[in-house]
This record gives sequence, structure tokens and C-alpha cells, in this order.
Amino acid sequence: MPNLRAEDLRALLGRDLPGLLQEAYPLHLAPPPAHGHAPPPFTTADALVDADRIIEAALYLRDTLGYAFLSDICVVDYLADGVFELVYRFYHVEGGPSLALKARVPRESPQVPSLTPHWPGANFHEREAFDLYGITFVGHPFLRRIYMWDEFEGFPMRRDFPKQGDKYIGEEE
Amino acid sequence: MADVNNLQQDLEQQGIFLSTVNRFYNWGRRSSIWPMSFGLACCAIEMMAFGLSRYDVARFGAELFRASPRQSDLMIVAGTVTKKMLPQVVRLYNQMAEPRYVISMGACATSGGPFRDGYNVVRGVDLFLPVDVYIPGCPPRPEALMHALITLQEQIDGQKLGHLRWYGKGEKPQMHDFPVPTFGAMGLEVDGKLVDPVGGLPLLSPYTSPENGEHKSGQLEHPQIARRFPIMDPAIELESALKARGMSPEIAANDLKRGEVSDA
Repeated sequence: MPNLRAEDLRALLGRDLPGLLQEAYPLHLAPPPAHGHAPPPFTTADALVDADRIIEAALYLRDTLGYAFLSDICVVDYLADGVFELVYRFYHVEGGPSLALKARVPRESPQVPSLTPHWPGANFHEREAFDLYGITFVGHPFLRRIYMWDEFEGFPMRRDFPKQGDKYIGEEE
Repeated sequence: MADVNNLQQDLEQQGIFLSTVNRFYNWGRRSSIWPMSFGLACCAIEMMAFGLSRYDVARFGAELFRASPRQSDLMIVAGTVTKKMLPQVVRLYNQMAEPRYVISMGACATSGGPFRDGYNVVRGVDLFLPVDVYIPGCPPRPEALMHALITLQEQIDGQKLGHLRWYGKGEKPQMHDFPVPTFGAMGLEVDGKLVDPVGGLPLLSPYTSPENGEHKSGQLEHPQIARRFPIMDPAIELESALKARGMSPEIAANDLKRGEVSDA
């Protein structure tokens, strides 16, 4: 059973695909509050790769390391830092813990090469990320909304999407 | 039944059956309420248990789950109604033949439940359909659904043929189809007008229930809160997610039109 950890993956990527890894600068969960203690920025041990070379990294995990199951593509909106972080999570079919690849794109022009031409299982994950966060996957053969209706404009999972409801009454933005 | 009396029981013992048209007709209708087999979320699992042998709704004559709205009398809205599903729900209701009833089963169908403040869930199906019986719970047990059915049967027992909201002379509200919402750029629309924005409060009032199920209550939810979506209006420059930069022309002109939010 493969038992690679995030640190091992970073070492492997650094050895086999030079120039791919990026330095993960710490991110803020929330903008600093007007008063009081701000939570410190944080970073994780996962491999942060160049967003333009995500295909190369993903195919390395699949073809060389055997992590053939792309479990999900998750997007995290770091509004305070102005980036979207994409988390690609891979599993080995023989078991073991998962591995994650991360890529950061600016919020103004979120564009990532699409994995779908090489990896058909990424199709719906990428359409979901496009639907809810507005990430444009360049090269996707059929990039349109999957949950919301086609006529809808806006990306409802972004953190600056307006929210109004009983829970938020009286809450200052 | 309400109008059973001793004379009638005496006569029935001697083989004479006396009734009124109302009572006989209501007995027939309330003893064969056929639900539509139509489930939306986890409440539908409880609805299936309600139909099967352990809870055995056949005792109440409602065991025949029909696969077609044309043959069913009762729509059990069993589960979360998402905005994407709502047009189909309303269209199915419109296709049912009168008399028709709606049971709103569970917290989600009644009010949106835990997803009430989300962007994708209708805040209560009674904004678009007249609901006869509400069931609290998440999910309600099959006994609760059975109680709702018995409550509906009692409501039917109390009805008078000439005063039903479907029958009789004159312009009856339910002679027309309920408006089926369409998908728009900001949310659900009726006749091209935004009624249920994504991520915001609905702009229409619920139907009151159950006596005059076809009437709107006319009361908007939280009318004091302005309905605004600056991020979705490209003409407005944003200061933050919920705040536009500068002063709006309405405030500048002191022309807020507060009293003119119409009941959609």
C-alpha cells in the first residue's frame, strides 16, 4: 500500500519536475478585524505547484506514482489575499492516504489549464468549480454550468457573493 | 364523523342507510387521497416507510402512490425544494386535477430548514404553492406524516360542496394555473420579474393556509430590509460585498419609495 506523505511528494516533485514547485506564502482566513486579535496567517505542507503546469504535475501523480483516482477538485476563496486556491485530491486505488496538489490563481483572472482532455474524471469537478467559483478551465471541452441554471449570472460560493437572511440581520459587513 | 347521531345508528342497525350528499361525497374523497409518488430529499425515505407495511397507510386509503400528477389528489412535498427544482414542482401541481391538496413535509419544505439562508433553497414552498398541512421535523417520523394525513381528512370532512375553492359559480382563484417560475440572471422570475433572488430574501409573500389556500398573505418576510444585489449589477462600483461605493441616487434624491414594495 503506498504511504506517501505530503513532504515526500514535495521531495519527489522537486527531484523529477524541477521548477514546478512554488513557495507557499501564508494565507489569511479572514481580513484583519478592525479591533482585537487577528488570527495568524497559515500554510500547509501540501505541494503548491505552478498553476500553468498543473497538467504536468497531475499526470506525474497518475502515471509515475500511480495515484489514478482524482477524488475532487476543491476551491478555497482567500478573499483577503486575493487568490483562489485549487486543491486537487488524489487517491491510490490500492489504498493509503490521499495526496493533494494545490495551485493558486488570482481572483481577478482565475484561469487554469483543464485536466479533462487527459483525465475524463475531472470533467464534472471542473464544471462545478466553474459554476460556483467562476474558475475558467482553459481547454475544457464543455465548460458550462452544472448546478445552477444556464441563465444565472454570478458565482454563489465566492465569499463576496451577497448573502441576506435572518441569520445575517444586523450583521455589519 | 361529525354528523353521526343515535337515530342514524339505529337505522343502520336495521339496514337503512341515511346520509347527506355532502357527507357521502366527503367520505368518498377523504377515503381515497392518492398521493403523487414524488420525493425530493431525505423526507422521502420517511414517506416510503409511511406507505409500506409497517405503518401501512392503506388503512387510510392513501396507499396508492400514483406516478402521474393527473391521477393524484395529494402532493407531499417531501424534502428540500431547491430553486432549480421549483419550476417542476409548480408545474406538477398545476397538472394535478382538482380537488388537490399539498402537504409540506419537514422543515426544508416548510421554511427552507437548515438551508434557509443559503443561495439555492426556496424559503418555504408556500411562497409558490398553497399548503394545506405543514409537518415540522427533520425529518418527521412516519407517524407525523400519518397525523398530517388524518388532519387533511378532517379538513375534507368539514368542507361544504358549494363553498369549495374549486367548485361553484363565479371567478375562482384556482381556475388558473399557478405561475411557474422561470430561471433568470439573478434568480427565479415570474413574468420576467425577479421574485426569488439567489442569495437574498424572497420578494413575494406566502400563500395563507388552509382555509383560503389560494390567497396571498401579502406580508413580505423582513420588509424593512432592502433587497439589493450590488455585486450582480455591473453598473455599481463596490466598496465591499454588500456595500456600493458612494451614495445611491435614490438616497441623494431622498426618494426611497419605501412604501411601494409591491406584493409580487
